[in-house]
Amino acid sequence: MPRDSLIASDNDADITLEFEGGEEGGHKERRHREKRRDGSKDRRKRGNGRRRQGSRSVERENEEERVGEREKERKRRVKKDQEAKKRDKEEGDRAQTRSEKTAKAKKNIKNEKRRRSEKEGEAGERTEKGKKKVQSAKKEKSVNHGTKDKTHEEKKKKRKKVLETSSEQETSEEDSEDKEDSEDEEVKPESLSPEELEKLKEAVDDKKKLIQSLRGKPWPMKKKLVTLRESQEFLEKYEGALGKGKGRKLYAYKVMMMKKWMKFQRDFENFKTACIPWEMKIKEIESHFGSSVASYFIFLRWMYGINMILFGLTFGLVMVPEALMGRPYGSIPRKTVPRAEEASAMDFAVLWDFGGYAQYSVLFYGFYSNQRAIGWLKFRMPLSYFLVGVGTVAYSYMVVIRTMARNANESGVGDDNSFNFSWKMFTSWDYLIGNPETADNKFASITTSFKEAILEEQESRKDDNIHLTRFLRVLANFLVLCCLAGSGYLIYFVVRRSQKFALDGLENHTWWERNEVNMVMSLLGMFCPMLFDVISTLENYHPRVALQWQLGRIFALFLGNLYTFIIALMDEINVKRDEEKIVKFNITMWEASLYNGTVSENFTAPPITIHPADVPRGPCWETMVGQEFVRLIISDTMTTYITLLIGDFLRAVLVRFLNHCWCWDLEAGFPSYSEFDVSGNVLGLIFNQGMIWMGAFYAPCLPALNVLRLHVSMYLQCWAVMCCNVPQERVFKASGSNNFYMAMLLVILFLSTLPAIYTIVTIPPSFDCGPFSGKNRMFDVIQETLESDFPAWFSKVFSYASNPGLVLPFILLMVLAIYYLQSTSKSYKEANVELKKKLQMQNEENKKKNKKAAQKALMDLEEARKVALESAGHQRNNNASYQGQQAREMQPATRVPRTINHRSHGNPGYLPNFPLQNETMIRRAPSLQRH
Amino acid sequence: MGNKQSIFTAQQLDAYQDCTYFTRKEILRLFYRYRDLAPQLVPLDYTKQPDVKLPYELIGSMPELKDNPFRQRIAEVFSEDGEGNMSLDDFLDMFSVLSEMAPRDLKAYYAFKIYDFNNDDFICKSDLEKTLNKLTRSELTEDEVKMVCEKVMDEADLDNDGRLSLEDFQHMIVRAPDFLSTFHIRI
Repeated sequence: MPRDSLIASDNDADITLEFEGGEEGGHKERRHREKRRDGSKDRRKRGNGRRRQGSRSVERENEEERVGEREKERKRRVKKDQEAKKRDKEEGDRAQTRSEKTAKAKKNIKNEKRRRSEKEGEAGERTEKGKKKVQSAKKEKSVNHGTKDKTHEEKKKKRKKVLETSSEQETSEEDSEDKEDSEDEEVKPESLSPEELEKLKEAVDDKKKLIQSLRGKPWPMKKKLVTLRESQEFLEKYEGALGKGKGRKLYAYKVMMMKKWMKFQRDFENFKTACIPWEMKIKEIESHFGSSVASYFIFLRWMYGINMILFGLTFGLVMVPEALMGRPYGSIPRKTVPRAEEASAMDFAVLWDFGGYAQYSVLFYGFYSNQRAIGWLKFRMPLSYFLVGVGTVAYSYMVVIRTMARNANESGVGDDNSFNFSWKMFTSWDYLIGNPETADNKFASITTSFKEAILEEQESRKDDNIHLTRFLRVLANFLVLCCLAGSGYLIYFVVRRSQKFALDGLENHTWWERNEVNMVMSLLGMFCPMLFDVISTLENYHPRVALQWQLGRIFALFLGNLYTFIIALMDEINVKRDEEKIVKFNITMWEASLYNGTVSENFTAPPITIHPADVPRGPCWETMVGQEFVRLIISDTMTTYITLLIGDFLRAVLVRFLNHCWCWDLEAGFPSYSEFDVSGNVLGLIFNQGMIWMGAFYAPCLPALNVLRLHVSMYLQCWAVMCCNVPQERVFKASGSNNFYMAMLLVILFLSTLPAIYTIVTIPPSFDCGPFSGKNRMFDVIQETLESDFPAWFSKVFSYASNPGLVLPFILLMVLAIYYLQSTSKSYKEANVELKKKLQMQNEENKKKNKKAAQKALMDLEEARKVALESAGHQRNNNASYQGQQAREMQPATRVPRTINHRSHGNPGYLPNFPLQNETMIRRAPSLQRH
Repeated sequence: MGNKQSIFTAQQLDAYQDCTYFTRKEILRLFYRYRDLAPQLVPLDYTKQPDVKLPYELIGSMPELKDNPFRQRIAEVFSEDGEGNMSLDDFLDMFSVLSEMAPRDLKAYYAFKIYDFNNDDFICKSDLEKTLNKLTRSELTEDEVKMVCEKVMDEADLDNDGRLSLEDFQHMIVRAPDFLSTFHIRI
């Protein structure tokens, strides 16, 4: 039976219910009722009073029915009162049977259902009343139930009985059909006053609350069990099945749902972490090497993600369509290995250099044909190629900038460090750990994090001679600038010299002269960072700041490296273009000779078939650029891996195994094990990425290669770090956001897109290779698409929209919007900083006040103690209690200032950002605001 | 009805459910876990409430606890005799407090007791040092330990009496972001 209907059916309720308790006692009823009659008027008054407190619906019903029912009611009561005398004896038995039943019903829902159907009405009515009581009692503070109940037990017994009867009365009034009224409890109305009734109700509610909150009590199980039994018995006696119905079931349901929800959340959380690749590896490294080393691997992983997407773009939209739907290999000259190279096209050395068959494949720009649409899908290949090239760059910009913005946001909010050490101490151990290896890692990570925190603390405490440090820093920067300028000049000098050599012809120069540029570059790249490292010890920065400086300096050095490479490449492009002109002329001559002087227009159907391998062709500078970049990436990767193997692994092996047969301690002395070089690795990664961005347009295979490289280096470096590196001497905490890395990445992105865009926009594409052959400029493909693939009005609209008259105001508007947004964000930031300062000051003030108050209290206590001691000579016995009292009095005094404080200052300090979950926390939080 | 089990009476199970954060299924599972530690000691009939206690060595060897640096403290705090020897009641109590459902206040209370090594109801410097050494396997130098302890006192000791009372501890722990997620054992 549904619960609601039970509650509604108040009227017929009473009967069944009390029945169950005392069916056999039917004959006693009469006496009971007789007795009752005497006090009926009294009782009615009381009953009315009760009803008034109660819910209105019941009251209304009662008023309506009362008049009609009064007659019957009286008769019934006569009978009832007759039995009252025998009640006392019965009482005990009944309570017992009932207590058994209710105990079962409490939790066991199935049992409860059965039971409910037995005593529908009672439960319904009582729960309703119970609710009222709960409401009224909620405001009252809970008292110590155990003691209270025992002391009042006797009285309550009586009171309770009256309570029951009065409720009985109520319902019996309403009853129209029932003859057998509730016969249950005794009537002792004379001993009860309304307040006592109230008290009893409260006590019952308290008990119920106690049972509900029992599991949250910090008591040993035995005490809990005893309390539970006691309060259940109490409830049985006085309340019957009160409150066992709906509320309980709902509660059980809620608990169940909460558990389910928690489990789901946990699983989902696990799933999410399982989806993040290499999370465990990085965690392990972090626990042994600190967050700065881990930050490199996180950066590497992030980079891997980006490259996956770039790879997906180029692979899915450029390489696969061309390979599947484009003309097959060997159909046209650009897709065929020329006759001269055919013999060596399959040699490994050639393939390794990305010549031969590799050069004439989808890996490079030159392979793509300039058909407007390919395959049955009519895939617009040249357009797709162009858009993917642009999209790669656009996507990279978007991701880098978005990540930077998000990082800035995170660092803007700032983390609460007020309990840094305490939290580390008390909440860092994860009690879930049940695996020795994980436990080892956790120990290591806790130690590392403590070391990091200690270092931070020491750094913040340190204040040296500020003038000396300043001087040293200026000096260091000067030295570094000298280094950079020197290396810049050296590169310039070498490049000029090599150009001169190139003009002379490379054959008549020595090996050194031929490879001078590369050698100088790599030597500079090897030794300058060491020099910078030495110089940076002068500066005495916090290691995190020092790392950033180091990164910035090496970055500047590498930029020179990069740009010499680009300049060299541009020279080469110019050379190729000159060559192309000659070839073009030659081809016309060749064709003319082929067709006996007539340059045939219908080249597609030549009378004489020539194998495409024999057709003369241009040098195709785009493929050349692509090849250069691919070779560069390959050699760079190889160098990284080889240095890793030799510099780290071999060194570690030597140190480890030669140590016991060497004349000095290798492990502690000179070679020792290497540390992980965060700055060098990060920069390597960044520059590598720059190469990818620069070259991806001319070699669509570059992202794929990079994904491969990153994947391998992830595993290789993880392994190398764990097996042959030692943690840095000063483990320091990486800055929460990797924005410094990101900023460098952005600069590189910008610098690497510049030359790519320059070549695309200014240099005409080769005439006989690549998707844009035959066009004047590469971006003409857009115009062509607009003209032939879209309706005429669209291109018209487009031409209007690209009118400078429209574009310029639009750009102006954008600039204005950016300016506005920037200035507002600046002001917000300032406000934020101001607020933070205020908060901090208030918190410090609070703390001071607290401490003062505490000290004062302590002093008072001391004084009191002294006084007590002085007077202790003769009355030792009183002394102890006196002191105790004093102490107890002092206790509140120490607490008072805090509560006052958080009233007056605390609240503004409460920011919505703080993750406060429950109410108690919110109440407490303001007093805890300390930054 | 699922009443096939004869280990507990229905009342006992209900009472346990009222006193812990477990369902009857979980209580039974915990009982079997408890029993598996020493099948020869623990009877299969708990209706008569036998007085059985498992020694700390057995409790501490549970996979959930054996890697925990505070296992001894946990066992001591939750056992009735304070020695780490646990009856089934203590056992249920322990995992109830450490379960996901237990509220923050309850957990904080027991965490305080666990970190209060000398049971004087205050976390004093020596307790902090012990905690720290257990956490780091004594890998920090003495100076570092001293400094960390001073920092902790400085941060969390609100009434400046040189030791952390339960109140100080709760103030501090209530705002810790990952206390709830770390101070629990899944079983």
